[in-house]
Amino acid sequence: MSELNAALEHSTYNYKVVRQFAIMTVVWGIVGMLVGVLIAAQLAFPILNFDLPWTSFGRLRPLHTNAVIFAFGGSALFATSYYVVQRTTQVRLISDKLAAFTFWGWQAVIVLAAITLPLGLNSTKEYAELEWPIDILIAVVWVSYAIVFFGTIVKRKVSHIYVANWFFGGFILTVAVLHIINSAAIPVSLTKSYSAYAGTVDAMVQWWYGHNAVGFFLTAGFLGMMYYFVPKQAERPVYSYRLSIVHFWALVAVYIWAGPHHLHYTALPDWAQSLGMVMSIILLAPSWGGMINGMMTLSGAWHKLRTDPILRFMVVSLSFYGMSTFEGPMMSIKTVNALSHYTDWTIGHVHSGALGWVAMISIGCIYHLIPILFGKERMYSTSLINTHFWMSTIGTVLYIASMWVNGILQGLMWRAYNDDGTLTYTFVESVAASYPGYLVRLAGGAIFFGGMLIMAYNVYMTTRKDVAAQPLPAGAAQGSHA
Amino acid sequence: MDINDLRGLSTGLLLFAFVGLCIWAWSSKRKKSFDEAANLPFADEELSQRSTQEEERNG
Repeated sequence: MSELNAALEHSTYNYKVVRQFAIMTVVWGIVGMLVGVLIAAQLAFPILNFDLPWTSFGRLRPLHTNAVIFAFGGSALFATSYYVVQRTTQVRLISDKLAAFTFWGWQAVIVLAAITLPLGLNSTKEYAELEWPIDILIAVVWVSYAIVFFGTIVKRKVSHIYVANWFFGGFILTVAVLHIINSAAIPVSLTKSYSAYAGTVDAMVQWWYGHNAVGFFLTAGFLGMMYYFVPKQAERPVYSYRLSIVHFWALVAVYIWAGPHHLHYTALPDWAQSLGMVMSIILLAPSWGGMINGMMTLSGAWHKLRTDPILRFMVVSLSFYGMSTFEGPMMSIKTVNALSHYTDWTIGHVHSGALGWVAMISIGCIYHLIPILFGKERMYSTSLINTHFWMSTIGTVLYIASMWVNGILQGLMWRAYNDDGTLTYTFVESVAASYPGYLVRLAGGAIFFGGMLIMAYNVYMTTRKDVAAQPLPAGAAQGSHA
Repeated sequence: MDINDLRGLSTGLLLFAFVGLCIWAWSSKRKKSFDEAANLPFADEELSQRSTQEEERNG
């Protein structure tokens, strides 16, 4: 027994794989958002399609979504989940080799996506566009991820499983099920396959997957980050541990039913549409329960927001989370959806979640992580984090405000009728009317992207062994650094 | 007995599960263990610092 204790005392965490994923989060964030800025520019200036098939909007758009969701968001989730599971179980990952395999395997998936999508190889399922050989690689990497994560929890040194791990675990397990079921296909060649499902069933399976990619990949996983990094940065435990348990079970129980709201007024049976709508509205309760739990963690520490831009990133991300989880249930109401669906409002809603919530909580966590992983007291420049914070916030607000205007404009123009029953506007008139909104969206996206370049510089300077951190601005003090 | 009985039963069951979960979570018996759990993020600073040092040596 004493030998065992001695061995445990000298054990350390696997920070190598966390470092690798943390750095790639920044790299893929820049790549994915650059493609996003390019396709936003294409909508305003179609000449930027360059008349080439490989650079056309239709091929670059899935490249953008895959890069930001799975490369940027995915790397952030791998980095934080591997970090949090080790620190809250107080043991090293069960296998360094398997963890390294998930890193290199995931990077291989991303590179394959970056090659095949511009070539036009696309299974036509939104957020699941990759063809079947890549899908198999994803499944293998994901199962390895589950083994590393849950295996580490099994050999934990503490009796509790901290709530962040419940959210990460729920995310890993559900995404495995979603990916494997939705990607079931019949291959006809190495680069072409047909879905295993047909017609309306295929659409329902797709949006069961699609909405739960939002609910579990982009929500539960990032809530796992929130439950560890917000308390850590605020230097106080989560507001209510009890609420966090109810939050977890209520969120996972309800989210899984919300998918049909993507198929309002389609061939999907009406009862299924109504079910999806009702479940989406109920979802407001657990979403806001979690948001309030994160926010209230700062009670008694609100003054830290004045001086700590990392905490500001996290709190503003929670504000955007609250906002988009109010907007989502509202848009799922069929009468609201009749106006909003197929318009830019949807794009604005997605980015209020993707930029405001997912990207900003990830950025906050990476700023928290980098100094710890590279043995520094703090990030190289706190004032540059502050600059990045304001660029992200202003960029997101410009993006979503312009898309609200465009979306309502388009929705109203498309449903306007003359007295004789003919449409008041042609479709192209609504496109022309959207032009100013496209310019503002491009500006917002470019500002957000510019912030990522500042982050890359700040991260690079922090990782350099020969560079010391710049002095803190007057009155500034950052939170925890270990 | 038709499918609507099943629907009613399942709604009741879910309500029961939710109320049960709340009672379980807010029971005063569990307060101590939840307080311990909530403090887990602050319990391993030394091990984390040692891990960074080792990574700096190897990396």
